[in-house]
This record gives sequence, structure tokens and C-alpha cells, in this order.
Amino acid sequence: MTAATDTARDRPWLRRAAWRNVLRDYPLIPLTILLVLLVLTVELARPGTVSANWAAFTVRQAAVLAILAACQTLTMLTGGIDLSIGYIASMAGFVTATFVHQPGGWAFGVVVAMAASALAGLVSGIGIGIFRVHPLIMTLGMGLIVFGFSNVWQLQSVQTGAGVPAELRTLGTGLTADVIPNDLAVFVPVAVLLILLLRRTGYGRMLYAIGDNPVAARLSGVRSWQVLVVLYVLSALLAAIAGLLQSGLSNTASVTLVTPYLLPSVAAAVIGGTSILGGRGGYSGTIVGALILTVLAGFLSIILPEPWRQIVFGSIVVLVAAAYTRATAAS
Amino acid sequence: MSAMATSMDQSRSSPIDTVRTFGRNNAWTLGLLGFLAVLLAFTKVVNPNYSLGSLSSTATSVLPLAFAAVAQAIVVISGGIDLSISSQMALTSCVAATMMKDNPGDGMAVLIVIGVLGLGLLLGAVNGALVVLTKVPDIVVTLSTYFVWAGFALLVRPAPGGSAAQWLKDLVVGPAGIELLPKAAIVLVVIVAVVWIPLSRSRLGISLYAIGSNPLAAFRSGVPVNRTKFLSYVVTGLVAAFAGLSLTASTGIGSPVPEPTYVLISIGAVVLGGVSLAGGIGGVFGPLVAVVVLQLIRDDMTFMRVNPNYGLVAQGFILIGVLMAGSFIQMRRSRA
Repeated sequence: MTAATDTARDRPWLRRAAWRNVLRDYPLIPLTILLVLLVLTVELARPGTVSANWAAFTVRQAAVLAILAACQTLTMLTGGIDLSIGYIASMAGFVTATFVHQPGGWAFGVVVAMAASALAGLVSGIGIGIFRVHPLIMTLGMGLIVFGFSNVWQLQSVQTGAGVPAELRTLGTGLTADVIPNDLAVFVPVAVLLILLLRRTGYGRMLYAIGDNPVAARLSGVRSWQVLVVLYVLSALLAAIAGLLQSGLSNTASVTLVTPYLLPSVAAAVIGGTSILGGRGGYSGTIVGALILTVLAGFLSIILPEPWRQIVFGSIVVLVAAAYTRATAAS
Repeated sequence: MSAMATSMDQSRSSPIDTVRTFGRNNAWTLGLLGFLAVLLAFTKVVNPNYSLGSLSSTATSVLPLAFAAVAQAIVVISGGIDLSISSQMALTSCVAATMMKDNPGDGMAVLIVIGVLGLGLLLGAVNGALVVLTKVPDIVVTLSTYFVWAGFALLVRPAPGGSAAQWLKDLVVGPAGIELLPKAAIVLVVIVAVVWIPLSRSRLGISLYAIGSNPLAAFRSGVPVNRTKFLSYVVTGLVAAFAGLSLTASTGIGSPVPEPTYVLISIGAVVLGGVSLAGGIGGVFGPLVAVVVLQLIRDDMTFMRVNPNYGLVAQGFILIGVLMAGSFIQMRRSRA
């Protein structure tokens, strides 16, 4: 026992607590290591898989997931969650597609889709911020409403014909110089803005404050309801952007297109080190989390049939989350 | 449930007081029942063909969702949440339908039903063990196991199919003797009563409420918090297995794809039924009534020839509206 303590005193970096602090304060380090290990595994299991082209495809898909996961990161920082983004994103892509042959064209469709998403986010924000409805149930209900309206819209616009606009296809699927996905043109500015928002602005600080201790935040003068209303509008707009990219990427427009990404979006934020309980986390970790999940899902789809893919995917998310919780636990 | 807890204290007071206390403690559920009565009358108005016999088909169609709501209520009362309920239902339903595919004898079918209930306990135990042992937030754990159970369901049944034993179908379809009593309603009430009433009166039941309302206080009063949390998921798994079995019984097949609205509506019904998402408050009978209310609203809109998708919109708005009104009243009260 004494030997162990001596070692710990002489070389502090050997202490477990020190490592824990590193993990907690710089989640990017272990996450990047995990990502690299995963890519190595892919290459070892299927030599020749990893190439510039593979990287471009992966990044292209991960960018969409990362924007969706941004919705979860921001809301989770305040102790909330946004379960309506799957339906909002799908709705945005679908509504845009229905306007292709309409007066005004797809650009007008994008405006309508954004306005509808913002409205949905506004109602969620009012419910959560002013009426103090639990975010889980509020966004769940809002998801049902958006899904219902999307279906109604779908029935009414069948005649007009739906097609993903060519501009969105170029943005979603295109590669510049064969390796740089065009959707990075949307993702990079969004990511930079979000990271700056969280790290450098008062609004970002308030998100952390509300999640960390709502009472203390209120007592120090934060008008929580205003912050939350803006937050859920922002989250809905981000979801709409992701929906537009995804419909361009898959060249389809359907009212359930993005719903399968709801659970991975939560998982990406959690794996990226954002606490679902609020007050801790950041967007850079989420981006790596989205990359990890995309590489993992792509790899599993090569080597496993669908049922096993789901089983392994779910198990790995739990295991990573558990390892992370253990590594960063206080004390 | 609070009525049950207090009814013992009230045994010496006058019957009127008892009734009054019961009313006060169950105001929310009674209000919902009143709303249900109004809704049934409204249903008769918009659809004159809606007869007592139609009650049976409403009850049969609502049965799986009702069990799902009860399952969700139990775990929410103890301060957790289970987002994997719909895929637990898909898995148990697929297993039941597949094993009954070749028309086994009635005795064998009973064994299969018991086995499926055991499977439900196992799924709940895995959820509970993961939540307790890994300390990962319940939302994340059950989101992940949602994938896992759905994957296993696909392994068991790559496509919808299988069949259900005849007695199982007979158990939930049609009225029992007189038309006013749908068999499905009896099955539901009996099973829920058999699971819930002994549970809520036992030490475990009280512990569920205790860890839901304040885990630290519960721990300091000697409640085994982790064990109770684990058991809450186990009981939820059992009730979810009943939901899966009733899915097989009412449709006659097993489908491997979890119905996406089940989780949403089970949570919605739980909240609408007076259970606090923060835990520790509510019972299972409120959510039961809430499920029927939500289903009837959709049915009514179909009768009124409204686009059925507006039914989804209406359910969402009712959910949100009731919650906003509820918290608004609470805010007014706490300010006064």
C-alpha cells in the first residue's frame, strides 16, 4: 500500500484522479483516441476500406448527424432534451420538396420550412420556458403535432409532385475535388458559430448556468424563460437545416426521413461528453461523437445483417456511455 | 394510490369524510373519468352507430397501449423512464407469435405465455441492472436497449407473421356476456389489479414512491434505493410483456417493428393520468383512463371524417394543453 502511495506522490500523472480530471476537462482526447482506434479496426477488418473517398462519405453523413446532435447538446446543457427534431427535420425536407414545382420554387419552400420549424420551436420554448412543462414531454407532444401536420400536408400535396431540388442534392451529396463534401459549407459555419456561442457569449454561459443550477441562475438575474424560448427556436432551426441536408444527401423527401436519427443524435451528444443532467459538455465533443457513431454504423452495416447491427449498436452506445460515466465520475 | 395509503388512517372517521378524502386524493383521475364520460357521449353523437358493442372493439384496440401506459407509469413513479417499452412489446409479441405458429395445444400455449412473461421480466431486469450498475442516465440506457430489443425482434421474426392461440384471441376480443363489459377491459383491470394492488400496498410499492420523490431521503430512511430501482424496471418489463402478448392476441400476429408512437403515447398518457415525470406522485389508474381518452379522441375524429392525421395533432395539442394548464394552475396557486 505504501509503495502505491509513494508512486502516486512522486509521479502525480499516475494517479487515477489526475486521469479522471483530464478525461473530464478534455473529453476530446479520449474521444479522438477512440475514433482513431475505430478507424484502425475498420481498416484491419476490411483492408482497403479506409480511403479518401470513404472519409468523404463518412464526414458527409456525420455532418448531418452532428447538426442534429447540436440540438441535443444545446438543450441538454440546460437539463432539457429535444425529441421533436426528427419530425421537424423530416418536415423541413419534405415541405421544401413540395415547393419545387410551385410558384416561388424551392427557395420559397425553404423559407416556409424554416418558418414552420421556428414556429414549432417557439411553441415548445413557450411551453418549457414559461409554463415549465418538462422538455421531454413538451417536445414529444410537439413531435406528434408536427408529424400529424406533415402527414396532412403530404396528402394535400400529392398531386403537385415532390422532388428534391437539384441545388439541395448538390449541397447534400456533392463532393468538391472528389474529397471535400459540399455539406461542410453548411456544417463548418454552423459548428464554428455554435462553439463560439457556447464558449464566448453571455448566452452560452447562461445555458450552462441554467443547466447547472436553475435557482442560482435565476437569482443571479438570468431570465430563464427568454433563454429557453430562444434555445428551442434555435434547436428547431438547426433541425430544419439538418433535414434539408439529409433530404439532399439521400435524394428523398419523406415525413419520416430523419426520425431514425433521433436516437443517434442523443447518443452522439452523450458520447461526446455532454451530461444529460445539464451544465456540463460542449459542442466539439459532440462532433467527434457523431463521427464515431457514423464510422461505427457504417462499419456494422458492412459486416453484420440488420438485426445484429441494431443489437451491437445499442450495446456499444451503453458500454461507451458507461465507461465514460465511470471515468468522469466525481470523487 | 394515495387514497389507498390514507384509507387506512381514515378507517375510524365517518364514511363521508372517507369519500371526501378519496375525492380529494383522486381529483385528477375522477376529473379524467368525467371527461371520458363526456367524450363517450360525444362519440355517440358524432357516430350514432356507436353501440355498446363498439365498446368492445375500442377496448381491444386500446389494450396494448393501456398496458404500455401502466408499465411506463410504474417506472416513472419511481423516478425513472423507459423509452424501450415499444421494442420490448415488439420482441415479446414476436416471440409469442412465433412459438404459437404451429398451433400447439392449449396447455403448451399457456406455457408459452408464461415463458413470454418471464422474458419480459428478463428484459426489465437487464434495463434495471444497466441503469443501476452503470449509473448512465435512464434515458440513454433505455434508448440504447430500444435498439437491442428491436434487433432481437427482427432476429426472431424478419417479417410480420406467426399466429396466436385461439383462447388467447378469445380472451381479448368481444364482450363478456353482456355487451357493456368488453372482455379486454376485464382482462386489463384484472391483470393490472393483480399486479398493482398488492405491489402498491407492499413494502416495495412504498419504496417505489419513496425513491421517486426523493432518493436521498429514501436512502437515509433505509430504503434500498438501487434494489428498488432495479425492481421497478423488472415490474415494468413484466407489464410490457403483457402489452406485447395483448398485441399478439388482438392482431393474431407478431410484428418486429416497434410502433413509434407507443412510447410517446405511453409517456403522454402517464403524464395526462396525473403521474409526475419528476417521480413519486400518481398511480396507474389515471394513466389507464388517459389512454382510453386519447384513443377515443382519435376514433371520434375518424368518425367525423376528419383527416385521421389531425388525430395525431389533436393528441399532441391535448397533451401539451393539459400540461400547460396544469402547471399554470399550480403557479397561480403557489403565488397566491
